[in-house]
Amino acid sequence: MDFVFDWFRVLYQETGINLPFLYDEYDRNRMIDGFFTTVWLSMVCLFFSVIIGIIGAWLQGSSFKWTRRIINSYIQIFRNTPPLVQLYFFYFAIGTLLPRIENDWGGQSPILGSFAWAAISLSFFAGAFNVEIFRSGIEAVPKSTVEAAEALGFSKLQIYREITLPLAFRVVLPALNNNLVNLVKTTTLAYAIAVPEMLYEANQIWSDNVNVTEMMVFLLLAYFVLVGVLVGGMNRWERAMKIPGYGG
Amino acid sequence: MKIKVIATALAVAALGVSSAAADILDTIKDRGTLIVGVKADYKPYGFLDTSGAIIGIEPDLAQDVANKLGVAIEFVPVVSSNRMQFLEQGKIDLMIATMTDKPDRREVVLIPEPNYYSSGTNILALKSLGLKDWEDLRGKPVCGIQGAFYNKATSQNYGAEIVAFKGTAEAYSALKGGNCAAFVYDDSAIVAKAADPDWADYEMPLKTIDDAPWGLAVALGEQAFADLMSEMIIDWHKTGRILALETKWGVENTPFAKAMHDKFK
Repeated sequence: MDFVFDWFRVLYQETGINLPFLYDEYDRNRMIDGFFTTVWLSMVCLFFSVIIGIIGAWLQGSSFKWTRRIINSYIQIFRNTPPLVQLYFFYFAIGTLLPRIENDWGGQSPILGSFAWAAISLSFFAGAFNVEIFRSGIEAVPKSTVEAAEALGFSKLQIYREITLPLAFRVVLPALNNNLVNLVKTTTLAYAIAVPEMLYEANQIWSDNVNVTEMMVFLLLAYFVLVGVLVGGMNRWERAMKIPGYGG
Repeated sequence: MKIKVIATALAVAALGVSSAAADILDTIKDRGTLIVGVKADYKPYGFLDTSGAIIGIEPDLAQDVANKLGVAIEFVPVVSSNRMQFLEQGKIDLMIATMTDKPDRREVVLIPEPNYYSSGTNILALKSLGLKDWEDLRGKPVCGIQGAFYNKATSQNYGAEIVAFKGTAEAYSALKGGNCAAFVYDDSAIVAKAADPDWADYEMPLKTIDDAPWGLAVALGEQAFADLMSEMIIDWHKTGRILALETKWGVENTPFAKAMHDKFK
């Protein structure tokens, strides 16, 4: 393996194409850490944003006026403000208001760190869109199907879980796909609050090595591959869930 | 015959050298303005006054260069991540922007000898933490600025976990919020911050490391301009101009400036 890395050092000396995250062990390790932080942050946000979407869409159909109002104002607030502003708001405004805990170096630090705030903030951001996406799917389920289920004695929760949601899911997958791709790309914003993800690490590396061009090309390709994997997985899922005769 | 050939060759060579090297100086004189890239957020080396004009130690030095060339001056505010690119692209003729002189930077821009200034790295931390040594930072989160060269050294040599932000305001805020144990930055800026009453609980506890010289820079290949700048820097040191500017802008005379003054005196 080492001779491959050394080859990139030679490449730099011979051609000036500088890829230190391949030949320099320290830079390599931080790029790998950055990659896994991006993957982990993306997975956490994908999971929670879908959960928020499902629960939110269900609560939107609630018979209580105030539940609907709260969900709608949540959507308005998170959909109508820029995600970077939300990140700063959570990290610098909410984060400093929360109680502090004694940390292991003898100081006082906030309960939640930058990664936790990025995960919370981005999940709520993408979740707000997901609620609307799921609502569109739920509204696409024919009323007669729901009425038939009611006639068979299903409870409200059962209808949502067993009938509306599975059908709605198939309708919303293309739109959900779109939003989740956007979410993975939005994780790059977390570098503003010093979450050591890929863009953050790349920024450190290009500052140390003055190789902005090479790092930009690498980043573009890395995100292209990362999002490509997600899209590929979602498309497979879409095909696997297809019911003959339903939804094209 | 032979002599004639050699003479012609020499004449051509001399012409070639002078026409290539005098390029930027001619451009500046034709234009009548010297365009200098300086910092606008680095008190007192380059910052904005209440009217929005850029002032400070480095703008004063740049003014000296413009006076010497007999042209007007124009300042372009730069930041660490774009200052070398501006010079490469020809947006600025000269860069005096608190840049640490490093070998890899010398491959991108031309830094004339000798260095005009110097500063080192230190931390700002709560007094109650009682930090004594750089090794005390091991395993602790330490705030920094994205793009600063000492981030890597601080984490590699002393095991600190660098939490780097875009600007100093965010880093100071994160330090106050308890997100990091210390803030690693230039000692010249930390001295000023620690003296601020709002930061009375904080101190600069460690020994300054990486005391590194600053280099001003011109574009690669502009040897004539670089030679002129070398003369100017030596002159600044010889006449005590740097020491006088430090005093003018309220900075204690640094050991580097004193040593250089003694050396060239």
